[in-house]
Amino acid sequence: MPWIDACAIDDIEEEDVIRWDHGDRTFALYRSLDNAYYCTDGLCTHEQVHLSDGLVMDNEIECPKHNGLFDYTNGKALRAPVCEDLKTYPVKTEAGRVLVELD
Amino acid sequence: MRREQKLVVRMRRETKRSKVNGRHLAKGETMDTTIGPASVNNTERQIPHDYSLTGPSTQYAIETGLAAAEWYHTDIPRKTMKELMKRRDGPAVRDTIIWVALLVLTAWLGIALWGSWWAVPFWLAYGVLYGSACDARWHECGHGTAFRTRWMNDVVYHVASFMVGRNPINWRWSHARHHTDTIIVGRDNEIAWQHPINMVLKALAYVGIYEFWITLTSLVRNARGNLSDDEKAYIPETEWPKAVFWARIHLAIYAVTVVASLAVLIGGAGWASTIPFLVIGGPRVYGCWHMVMTGLLQHGGLAENVIDHRLNSRTVYMNPISSWIYWHMEYHIEHHMFPMVPYYNLRKLHELIKDDLPPPNTSIYDAYREMFAAVMRQRREPGYYLRRDLPQTAKPYKGALHQFVPDRSDKPEKAA
Repeated sequence: MPWIDACAIDDIEEEDVIRWDHGDRTFALYRSLDNAYYCTDGLCTHEQVHLSDGLVMDNEIECPKHNGLFDYTNGKALRAPVCEDLKTYPVKTEAGRVLVELD
Repeated sequence: MRREQKLVVRMRRETKRSKVNGRHLAKGETMDTTIGPASVNNTERQIPHDYSLTGPSTQYAIETGLAAAEWYHTDIPRKTMKELMKRRDGPAVRDTIIWVALLVLTAWLGIALWGSWWAVPFWLAYGVLYGSACDARWHECGHGTAFRTRWMNDVVYHVASFMVGRNPINWRWSHARHHTDTIIVGRDNEIAWQHPINMVLKALAYVGIYEFWITLTSLVRNARGNLSDDEKAYIPETEWPKAVFWARIHLAIYAVTVVASLAVLIGGAGWASTIPFLVIGGPRVYGCWHMVMTGLLQHGGLAENVIDHRLNSRTVYMNPISSWIYWHMEYHIEHHMFPMVPYYNLRKLHELIKDDLPPPNTSIYDAYREMFAAVMRQRREPGYYLRRDLPQTAKPYKGALHQFVPDRSDKPEKAA
C-alpha cells in the first residue's frame, strides 16, 4: 500500500489533532505528548462528526459533539455514546513529513 | 446501513402501510410522503407535529436534513478552544466534597432535630441539594466533562442518576440525541415544552409528583425487560441489557428504603418512619423545584426545528447559589454550542462569545418574565416562538436549511 504524504510534522501541535482530507476520505492525524504520530478515520463512529474539533488528552480523543471517547493509538471505543472502534492507519515520519499508509 | 437510513426506510414502509390501512393520525398531525428539501414549500404544506421518536415528525426531520444537521458555531481559534476544553479534577472534586458534606450535614441536622420545627429548614435544604443539585451532577458527569478522571465522572454519574430518578443508560443516550437534534420535533426526547402546552402539568413539575411517578413506572417497565419504542429508537440494542440491569438496581434501593421505613414503623417510632423517604427518593419530589425552575428556562418559549442554538436555547445570569446548584448550566447556549467545555469554564466561554449571542437574561426573574409571555402566546398562536435580537457584532442567525423549515414567527419581535 502506498505511503501518502499528509503534512509536516509541525503542522500538528503536541497533544493535538488535525483534519486531513485525501481524495474523498477524511482522516484525523494526532501528535501525542511524546511526539508520536497516529492516524484514524476522521469521523466519529457514533455520528458524522469530525474528530479534529475534539479534545486530545493523553492517548484519547474526545468527540466534540457527544463526548464519546476513543484511544487514538488503537482506535478502541472507550466511552458511550461510541460503541464502534475507529479504524486506524500506520503512520511514519520522514524528513519532517508525516506519512500515512492507506488501504 | 446507518441507523438513520434504516429508520427512514422503516418510516417510508410504515407510511405506505398506514395509507393503505387508513391509520388515524393524531389531531392536527399531517403526513406528507413527498417530503424532501427540494419539494418543501413552507407556505403551502403542513408540517407534522408529533413528539414521539418514531412518528411522522421523525420522518420529516430525517428527510429534510434537520436530523443530525450541522449547527451554527461561533468561531473560536483552536488554541483558545483547547484551553477552554481542558479538564481538571480540582473544581469538581472541591464541589463534590462540599455537596456531599452539605448533604450529610443537613440530613443529620434534620434527623437530630426531628419533632421540632427547626428540622424543617434543614430538610428543605437537603431536598434541594439532593433533588435539584443531582441534576446538574448527572448532566456534567454524563458528558464526562466535570472531572478529568474518568472513573470519577462515572461514579458521580451513577449516584446522581439514581438521585434524579433516571435510568443511567437510557438517559445517557437520550441526552446524546438531545445534543444532536436539540428541540427537533420527532428526534429530541428531552423537549420539556411540548405543544400544546399543559400549564397544569408544568406547574405540577415543581413538586415532582407526576414526573417521579413517570420515572418509577419507567423503571419498573425497564426492570421487567421492556423498553418503549422511543427508547429503542435512541438506545443501541447492545445497551438494552444494561438499561434493564440499572433499572433493577434502582428499584432494589427503593425497596430497601421501603423496608427500612416499615421497620421503623413496626418499631413504634411513628412519624419517624417517614425519615427513610425524606432521605432517599422523597427529595426528588419535595426538593426538585430548583431543578425544574432552572431547567424549564433552557429552551422555553424558543424555537423548534432550527439548527442554531441561539434560536432555541437561553443563557441567563443567575445568583451564585443557583449557579452552584446548577453547575453553571445557565450558560446554556454556550453549553449546546460547545458541549466539551466543562462547567467551570463556561463563564469564560460566555465572555469570549457573548457578542455573537443574543443578550442573556439578567436574572431568573427576568428570564421567567420573558419566557412566560412567550409561552402564553404560544398557547394562543401555535407556531410562535421568541426570536431574540442579536447584537450588531453577531453573525446572522443561520439560514441554511431554515428554508426547509417552517417560519414559526411572522413577527419576529421580542415578546414583552
